[in-house]
Formats: sequence, C-alpha cells, structure tokens
Amino acid sequence: MVMTGPASAALAAHATARFGYGAAPGDLAQISSDPRGWVEAQLGGLPPGLPAGFIDHPGSAPRLMELLAVRKLGQGEEAMARRKALQQAYRSDAAIRTRVAAGSDRPLIERLTQFWSNHFTVSTQRGEVAPLALAFENEAIRPYVLGRFEEMARAAILHPAMLVYLDNAQSIGPNSKAGQKRKRGLNENLGREALELHTLGVHGGYDQDDVRALALILTGWTIDRQDGDGTAFFNPNTHEPGPKTLLGRTFPEEGAAEAPAAITMMANHKGTAKHVAVKLARHFIADDPPASAVNALERKFKETGGDLGAVTATLVGLDAAWDEPLAKLRSPNDFLTAALRATQLPLDEKQVVNALNLLGQMPFAAPSPAGWPDRAADWAGPDAVVRRVDWSLALGQRAGGRVDARLLLAATLGDLADAELVQMVARAPSPAEALALALSSPAFQRR
Amino acid sequence: MHRRHFLGASLAAGLLAASPLKVAFADAATDKRLVLIVLRGAMDGLGAVAPYADPDYRSIRGELALAEPGQPDGLLDLDGYFGLHPALAPIHGWWAEKQLLAVHAIATPYRERSHFDAQDLLESGGAKPTGQKTGWLNRALDQVHGHGTGLGLALGQGVPLVMRGAVPVASWAPSPLPEPTTDFLNRVMDIYQKDKVLGPALSSGLGIADMAQMASGVPAGQPKPKDRQLMATTAGRMLADPAGPRVAVMDMQGWDTHVGQGSIKGRLPNALTDLAEVMGLLREGLGEAWSKSVIAVVTEFGRTVRPNGTGGTDHGTAGVALLAGGAIEGGRMLGKWPGLRDDKLYEGRDLAPTTDMRALLKAVLKDHLGVSGRALDAHVFPDGRNVRPLADLIRT
Repeated sequence: MVMTGPASAALAAHATARFGYGAAPGDLAQISSDPRGWVEAQLGGLPPGLPAGFIDHPGSAPRLMELLAVRKLGQGEEAMARRKALQQAYRSDAAIRTRVAAGSDRPLIERLTQFWSNHFTVSTQRGEVAPLALAFENEAIRPYVLGRFEEMARAAILHPAMLVYLDNAQSIGPNSKAGQKRKRGLNENLGREALELHTLGVHGGYDQDDVRALALILTGWTIDRQDGDGTAFFNPNTHEPGPKTLLGRTFPEEGAAEAPAAITMMANHKGTAKHVAVKLARHFIADDPPASAVNALERKFKETGGDLGAVTATLVGLDAAWDEPLAKLRSPNDFLTAALRATQLPLDEKQVVNALNLLGQMPFAAPSPAGWPDRAADWAGPDAVVRRVDWSLALGQRAGGRVDARLLLAATLGDLADAELVQMVARAPSPAEALALALSSPAFQRR
Repeated sequence: MHRRHFLGASLAAGLLAASPLKVAFADAATDKRLVLIVLRGAMDGLGAVAPYADPDYRSIRGELALAEPGQPDGLLDLDGYFGLHPALAPIHGWWAEKQLLAVHAIATPYRERSHFDAQDLLESGGAKPTGQKTGWLNRALDQVHGHGTGLGLALGQGVPLVMRGAVPVASWAPSPLPEPTTDFLNRVMDIYQKDKVLGPALSSGLGIADMAQMASGVPAGQPKPKDRQLMATTAGRMLADPAGPRVAVMDMQGWDTHVGQGSIKGRLPNALTDLAEVMGLLREGLGEAWSKSVIAVVTEFGRTVRPNGTGGTDHGTAGVALLAGGAIEGGRMLGKWPGLRDDKLYEGRDLAPTTDMRALLKAVLKDHLGVSGRALDAHVFPDGRNVRPLADLIRT
C-alpha cells in the first residue's frame, strides 16, 4: 500500500525507528512518500556477499587456525602476543560491526542479523569465542535472515564458534572409541541450550532425556584436528554409536548426518514457531506484544516451514507495527548505532569500543547463552540511564559544534520530536548540550 | 560539581518524587544492612563447601575431589565433616568468629535445569517460573518502615529482577565518564519529566552517583582497583553511611563450569577467589556497620555430583548457600545432609534438596530486616506460605 501526504511523512520517522536504527540526515526526505515501501523493499532478496565494511574480514577459518595454533603454544611470550592480537581483532570487529549497521542502506537487514545472532548467542564470556564471533554472525546468521530458519539453525549450532562456546568441541560419546579409551565423556551444555534457547523454548515440551539424547547426537562435532582447515568437522571416533531417541523420534546410527537431521526436526517443531514468534514480536513491536501479532507470526512460520523472509514480511505488514507507539527502549547497542547514524560523527575504533563498553553492551559479550535481554526494565536501570546522558554530553563535546542539533532533530526524529523538545534544544546554552539533549531525549531513546 | 547539589536543587523544585535518598535522609527506616550476592550460572555447591567426611565423597567426585584438611592444598575445615574450598581462605576465619555459616543441599522449588527459568524463580520468589515482573527483595523493601524508599541499591548498571518492583531503587557501577553540570542535568530532567521510565531512573541514578563518588575515594599511591573491587568497597561504604542505602544486590558471573572446573586450579577456584575478595572488601567498606550486616550468597541451582565428561559439571539441583556478617549466629552448618550414595541422589545425578531456599530468605527478611511473618506470606513469598523460616540465624 502506498500512502501519500502528511500521514505518510509522519510514518517515515516511525519506520526508520521501528525497523532500523533511526534516520540518517536525508533519510526522512527520501522515504517520506512511501515509508512502508521503503521497509518492504529491503526484504527483496539479500545483496550478494557481505556489506562492504566487512570486505577485509578474514572469516572464521583463519581465526580458528590461529586460535588452535596459539593453544598449542601454551603460555610463552609469543603465545601472549598472539593471544593479544586475537583480542584486538575482536575489538576491531565490534567497531566495524557498529559502523556497518550505522551506515547501512538496508538497516532492517542489520537489525535482523543482530536479532538472530542474539537468538543464537555466542559470547566472549568464553574468551576463545571473541575472535570468532563476528565471523559466526556473518557466516551462520546473516546469509539466512530472509532464508529458512532450519538452515540458520544448522549453520549456527554446528559453527565452530558455537561448538567452542557451549563446549561441544570437547564432548565425547561415552561408548565411542575415544570414550572407551579415555576418561573424558559427554557434556550436555549445547544439547540443552539448543533445545531451550535456540528452538523449542523452555516450555516447548522436552525433558532431561531429550537433552541427553541431543547431546549424544551432537558428539563428534568439534574443531581441532590434524591438518584441519579451520572449519567445524565431524570426528566419528568421538561420536556416540547406536540409535538415539529425541522428542519421540528415533534417529538410527548415521554419524555426521544425525545432528543436521535432529536440528531440522527441532527447527520445525511447533514449539519453535511459538518461541520464535514471541521473541520477534517482543523485539520489533513491544515488550509485551499483542497476542494477535504473535499469532500472525507463529502461523506464518508454521505455514511456510520457517521461511524467515515470509515471516519478516508478515511482521512488517502487521497493523501493530504501524499503530503501536514506539515504546521500546533502545538497547545500548541500538542507541549508539542510532547516534552514529544521526550525527554521522566519524568515531574511531577505540571511541566506538569505549562507548559500547561504557553503555554496557559490547557486541558478542552477552552474560549468558540466552543473549541480551529485550525489555525496557533490563536496560533502564538508574545507572544505565545516567550513563546514556553522560555519554551523550561527552559526544556533544567531542562533536565541537560540527552537528547542529536543531537540524538533526528535524532530519532524524521529524514528528517524533515534540514542540517542547524542539524548544529545549533550540535554547540550549551550547551546541554540545543541544546535541546531548537531542540524543538523551525520550524520543531518541526509543524505537 | 557534585551531583548532590543537583539533587538538592531538584528536590527544591519538586522534581524528584522518587528520589532514592529522600526518606533515608530524614528517617532511617532500619539500621540493619543486607547484601544479596547472586552467583549466576549455578555455583557447584560440592566444590565450594565439600563434604569430605561423606564416605562416598572421594569416589563419586573423582578428579574434582579435594584433599582433606591439613593436607597440601587441602580443604579448610568447618565442622569436621564439611570443608571450605581453599580459594575461600580469606573468609575461613569468619567461621571461628561465628560470622559465617553455610546451608547445604538447599534449592529453590524449581526442579528442571534451565539457568534462566531457575534464576527467574530464585529472584521472583515464586513456585513456578511464570515471568513475574517483581522480585522478592523489592516486595520485602515495601514492607519495611517508610515503604523502603531510599533503601535499595543494585550494584551494576541495571536492576536485576530480584530488586525490581514498586519500590524505587538505585543502581550504580563505577564509570569513567565526566560529570555533566547541574544546569545540564536539570534540562535533561525537564525533558524526562513526563517519561515514566527514564525520569525516575535518572533522578535515582544521579542521587546515588553522588554518594558513590564520595564513598569511592582511593587513597593516593594505591593501585587503581578493578571495577569489581571498587564496586564492593564503595558499596560497603555507601551501606555504612547512615544516610545511605541499606539493602544491596550484586551479581557475580562465571559459575557455569561445564568445562575445566578444576579442583585447586581452574574456573571454579578462580570464581571463588573473586567471591572471597568481594566479601572481604564489603566487610572492610562496611566498617563498624558490619556488626549489623548480613551477606547472603545464593545461586540458581547446584551442579551434577559426578564430574561430566569434560572436567566440569552439568546443571544439577541442590547446592549451597552462604550467610556471613556480624549479625548472624554463624560457625554452623545448616540443612539436613542427604548423602552422596547413588540411591540418595536426585534423579541419580544431583544432590537431593532438603532445604527450601525460601526458608533461608524468609528467615533473613524476618529476623534481620524485621519484615513480619504475615507480610512475608501475603506479599513477599505468597507461594511459600508453608515454608517455615530457618530459626536462630540472626544474633539477637
């Protein structure tokens, strides 16, 4: 549906906030004739390859090779230096990722990529994950955000970063060749979280026996081998032999084929449709989304066998997406990205990383496999709000008058800025404080 | 410019309906202090407080078993049956002072093994993880004289579920950002005035930030502390301040030891070292107020009794809780010990629960903070009316 006139112009800022990281200067003018069309056009297939900002990124294989090489070096001086370089690579990745999102001309794709990468969280809480995390997102998440959920699930759960993060790389079938010889054995961490967090959801209808069965199915999937090439691989010597029964279905002994088949089944389980629908609606619509929105997404997910392009199109078409007020508090990551997009300030790598740390959401550093939380109450702690304000002022001071906050308000918040805010910003005693007020404002803090 | 000036000015302007310090300044509701430390990820109770005299301990714990007290790298004896992990050495002396106790085989009513549901239940205080939006500690604050306003402090940027609810609470974490001027903050408060989320959060945060700034001074010449250390020291000092908060909550991460848990060296000993340090710094910061203080250390569930296949432990059921402070009747092991024999384990793999976590929490709230039994049943743990508070935890 193409709308024209004032109603459409008012929806432009709404569209950029709901489905992107707010507007860059010029965005509102460009999309005001058809805000909904601007969102829908972003769903028309993925652009070939990665966004240009990632062009020099080596991907996970060289990083994993380096990780494994450093492991073997142990503790010496060289090992320390190379470990440090890997940590530095992670910080660069975090800054690049933020800049790519802020500068994207298809911001919905970035929002979806970050949403799904949070759904399949890998976290630097396990140190070795750090240099692999952005590659994980680019390899296992990004290619599938408009594709099939089951493909994303297979790619994510069996990616080296996930195998490291949730300990599967070390899990060994107790009755496998290796398990019989050594004292090592099963670790059920990935088996549990894949059911609880990635697919069915905690109340989706599985039990402890299913957790163990999936853990057994996943044995063999690991990262370290002689003459490896930095990809995940299946080691038959550590795989638990024999049939396994998961969610009522018995998987015969099929080695490497078992895990993808099991994940495919889990991805298409009815519990998964519900779990994913609730999370999507909560992320894009409201902390407590209307049941009609959740139901529509769940239905589309089931109808299409988890076609995320179709599910996202349903999301964009929901009345709630356009009628509900913008009540979601931006996460710190989204706030920073929106601030960079609105101001176009050229923060360097260190400044971006410092900001992410200060605001409390360094990429890929979620406190647990459940990922970052997604409700206002999780982000609106008193100290967290103070930091947003303090940081906004620090950014205003750094901008040194390069940004006119009055123009920024009009060009990025449009009608979302009320008359009082416009006046407060116009009356601020310095350009720095004017910009800080605009960025701190309730309208800019929400999406 | 100190933020307290902002606070004073704003109070005069009537902007700070929800100031965390308003009531505390005028009328201290209680002189008792409580710090709740939530160990996220599930601490291995048998690793922290080991039943070394249990006949099955050594065989079932395998590579994770620790040496007996008196041996090299051995446990630190508590009562001749249980021993403290050597990484907790800094607080071992508290046992003899009767300022430390442990409750073993303790668990919330939750019997599944999801971290996130279990934490939800540990914090909401309910019997089932149903996505409640308020925590038992906030509901308890509401029952303290003056409805708890000004008493609650979350250490960290955000407020964890256990401390969320109707009573406004402050949150604070060390920040290197420069402080804005009072004039600027007043302008921000103006644009936040009608915002029900950002307005109260900002006013609360600014009030506590000023107090923290005064409390966090590091003597010249000393090395810069880590954030965790600074947070514990500052929190202790803020709680000690007669005009400060009374009840604080702090999260600690790193307990989900599926791999490389270690006996003497490894992820669990590292995490326990941090815990002991935080507890020690809290005591130091509290100073004389230590005599009126309780530190409660809880986690969402225990871990499997046997090591898993990767030198760690998987999600289990019962674990251990610690209580410390000058206000407790310590030097005791509490809880019925279920034993480690195969047929005594919960579902053949976990330590069997014998004490309900709420019995411990209710006792602390009732006997330390003075929340009435009726209020506990009606408002704080409405699903736990039949759970009797543990007796004689608090020194009278």
